[in-house]
Amino acid sequence: MHLEDIVKALKLRVVSGEDGLAAEVLGGYVGDLLSDVMANSKEGDLWITRQTHQNIVAVASLKDHAGIILVQGCNPAADTLDKARKEGVPIMVTDMPGFEAIGKVYNMIATKKGPDPST
Amino acid sequence: MAAWKGLTTNVLSHEPALYENSFPVEGGTYENAGHVSSQIKALLKGMKISKEVVRRAALVTYESEINICSYARSGKIVLRVTPEHVTIEAIDEGQGIVDIELAMQEGYSTATDRIREMGFGAGMGLCNIKNFSDFFRITSEIGKGTHLKMVIRIDKDFDGI
Repeated sequence: MHLEDIVKALKLRVVSGEDGLAAEVLGGYVGDLLSDVMANSKEGDLWITRQTHQNIVAVASLKDHAGIILVQGCNPAADTLDKARKEGVPIMVTDMPGFEAIGKVYNMIATKKGPDPST
Repeated sequence: MAAWKGLTTNVLSHEPALYENSFPVEGGTYENAGHVSSQIKALLKGMKISKEVVRRAALVTYESEINICSYARSGKIVLRVTPEHVTIEAIDEGQGIVDIELAMQEGYSTATDRIREMGFGAGMGLCNIKNFSDFFRITSEIGKGTHLKMVIRIDKDFDGI
């Protein structure tokens, strides 16, 4: 599953890191607490959050995330955008509420990976 | 006051350093938060140290950096790499920690609302640092500052630098 497939299917607006859209999305992580995301997210995750300040770029970059989706119409702060563009971190925005965005992303990734082993 | 986990530091001081450097961290602002962590991550990656060790080192450095940004006037991160260990020290000049035992408890934080709104100050930072280090020690003096020492073992098959 490539990031651009998710962007197209969910009609996300890409505001930075266009060059990273070909990256493979290996999983997802949801959280607004940065220490939680630092400790528990994984490389290749698509991070879904509503934090918009510039420190999200450092977290995504340190954790080698595929990208960040800002939900509920949140827009990145100007310095977040600058930093993300400089570091090539893809940030996507959507008006969807978090629950909806997460569900759609999960379905796309889960379907691609095959049936849920728990069912 | 102090708290710690794992091996003693004395063992490490005898190991020759393959790399040693100090990175200043600005206190009281998040503007450059994560900058030192990125630098250290890139440096360790360049030394062909395993991904897992680099990830853990980046995490403990990031949390330390955020602590300095949140609570100290100024500080520095010192990185020391030996053939067997990555050692990261975070030394700050700041308010210090009143009760280290309490500060080490998951969920405990003295962060202001402003810090919490940004998704910091969830009381997870020091726990993360402890969990992701093989050795960890924290000492603090009220009104002077806090000193963290984190050591991560490098995998045995390491042949980098």
